[in-house]
Amino acid sequence: MASQKRIAKELAECTSSPPPGITVFLPNDSDVHRWHAVLEGPEGTVYQGGRFGLVVTLPAEYPFKAPTVTFATRIYHPNVTNDSLGNICLGLLKPENWKPSTRLASVLEAVRGLLVEPLPEDPLEARIADEFRNDRREFDKNARGYVQRYAKGPVKFEGSGTAPAPAEAGDNKKGSSGSGSGNTGTSGS
Amino acid sequence: MDSDDDFMSTVSSEDDMLPDDSDNDMSGDDDFAFDDEPDVYIDSQKETGHKKKAAYDISFKVYEPGDITKQQDDLINEVNMILDISKEEAAILLRHFRWNKERLIEDYMDRPVQVLDAAGLAQTAAGPPRMQVVPGFVCDICCEDEPGLQTFALKCGHRYCVDCYRHYLSQKILGEGEAARIQCPAEGCNLIIDARSLDLLVTQDLTERYHELLHRTYVEDKETLKWCPAPDCENAIECAVKKKDLDRVVPTVSCLCGHRFCFGCALNDHQPAPCELVKKWLKKCADDSETANWISANTKECPKCNSTIEKNGGCNHMTCRKCKHEFCWMCMGLWSEHGTSWYNCNRYEEKSGVEARDAQARSRVSLERYLHYYNRYANHEQSARLDKDIYTKTERKMVQLQKESGMSWIEVQYLNSASQALQTCRQTLMWTYAFAFYLARNNLTEIFEDNQKDLEMAVEALSEMFERPITELADSKLKVEIMDKTSYCNKRRVILLEDTAQNLAEGRWTFNVEMTGSGANGGPSSRR
Repeated sequence: MASQKRIAKELAECTSSPPPGITVFLPNDSDVHRWHAVLEGPEGTVYQGGRFGLVVTLPAEYPFKAPTVTFATRIYHPNVTNDSLGNICLGLLKPENWKPSTRLASVLEAVRGLLVEPLPEDPLEARIADEFRNDRREFDKNARGYVQRYAKGPVKFEGSGTAPAPAEAGDNKKGSSGSGSGNTGTSGS
Repeated sequence: MDSDDDFMSTVSSEDDMLPDDSDNDMSGDDDFAFDDEPDVYIDSQKETGHKKKAAYDISFKVYEPGDITKQQDDLINEVNMILDISKEEAAILLRHFRWNKERLIEDYMDRPVQVLDAAGLAQTAAGPPRMQVVPGFVCDICCEDEPGLQTFALKCGHRYCVDCYRHYLSQKILGEGEAARIQCPAEGCNLIIDARSLDLLVTQDLTERYHELLHRTYVEDKETLKWCPAPDCENAIECAVKKKDLDRVVPTVSCLCGHRFCFGCALNDHQPAPCELVKKWLKKCADDSETANWISANTKECPKCNSTIEKNGGCNHMTCRKCKHEFCWMCMGLWSEHGTSWYNCNRYEEKSGVEARDAQARSRVSLERYLHYYNRYANHEQSARLDKDIYTKTERKMVQLQKESGMSWIEVQYLNSASQALQTCRQTLMWTYAFAFYLARNNLTEIFEDNQKDLEMAVEALSEMFERPITELADSKLKVEIMDKTSYCNKRRVILLEDTAQNLAEGRWTFNVEMTGSGANGGPSSRR
């Protein structure tokens, strides 16, 4: 299928020269339609110091249909559902906006951009968006609290793989399989 | 012909579902004023006052698929000539401006570059789009690089292989039902694919679907146009009534296919009730009509929060699950006033109990009021169906009778008109009850109720005649009676609608519910 070549190329690009602050790997080498990524909380934001797992699912029609991206790590953010699903509201992934020429690298960068600059006008969590707009102090406190609680230590992806711990994050791109026993799970709300 | 007859002839022509050339002008006049925003209906009525148009009658036009295509072509040709741009570009520009030709021309004259840019027609120097093989080309979508790959690019120069282009277009057209606003596949490029490029790229079946979708956006883009909601009907109706007018008018239109519907909300004809009341009424009926009877017989309401409670056993000490109010099931009084007499309620005259019973009585009255109107509403709906059944049976018998008694086809048509009259009048009566449910009493309601009563009596009388055995129906005396009654029913209906519509237009009705003026949200805005 035509999409295989494109996906292989994109994967090679993303692993050899990844977008800043993002590490990409396949949890299962035989399935190129499911990517895992670890996103470092951008510096100067409330998410700094946190490591967030992202699950990228490519539909069979990719690149003609948009991929879906979800947070595997809980995050306190106006545009991400505050639950274990971690759905993201990202304009460029909506069917009417998606373009087949868009690269996954730019999708991941857009997700990172969302952490740098949340979009409270287009919220998935209205309450958090209100707090972000009207009580930034409280928002910052809550967001940092979530980072401490959920986004420290090895990143968990719903039992399908663990990302390498920060110390060895350099070139070990393959996540060890098995759920691991990280002390800060994603499902412990 | 006096003016009253004139009235009836319009009504009957509508009822007979025959296209009337003077009302529904089907010819695609070259100079039809489609692009002028027509005046609000009230003004246009004043202008045509000499024709004595009924207050409930709305001007509208029916367009068949050919007319709709022609209208688009005419507009495109006109813009093509005035602005000296290609037809494809004219079409894209018109769609961008939602077919408002005047605004397009004005804006284009002022600042052509910005207009083209905004519509996705950015100008770059290049020949007309065509497929070509480019040496050393790598498709940015599928990453194929084999030599001899056919490629395509729009004016913007974003080049992709033809396979990817096709795949992209079929995903947009078949998968998402998009047509008028398909952009170049390049990220951030808002250039819109024109019909000619599309025809070049895709297969026949996709082209057809594409043009069908384009066709549809024309009707959907224009506020004055709506599709006829009848199944399989492809006509569109043009009517000048706007959403903001819907609290003052009930715009009933009738399509050439025979379907009569409200232009405001696309539901079946619901004169005399305005859209917003209809929406409220249908919601209310969906909520509680079926169960309302049972509820009134078997339940009580919590004296504090009015939640409906069924007691399915246990003691009389009730705790409302919703508001946690504690009360006695027998006397509805506060449980705390019951002291220690747990199972025997002897506190009949306690003050809180009396109040609670009053409140309950009030809600019971309001339920009864609703049921009063609902039963009559539902009864007419049901009767209209039954009348129709009887008619189909009678029709068969009439054919038989035609043979036996030697009556001609034309001589039995009075039954057809009678049946049509019953249908329309019952439809109207049905909605008068929903209307009355929301009507607050004032001096005018009495006249309304009299009109309603007169129409109802006439309809019931006609309905009764209609049910007579077939042998009697052939009797010429009964035939004359039925014809008279039919015309009387139609007349009563016109009087009722005229009265309600006039008062509505002049804002003289008061309703016992809040009218927000947004009653038109109920109808489907797009079809299929």
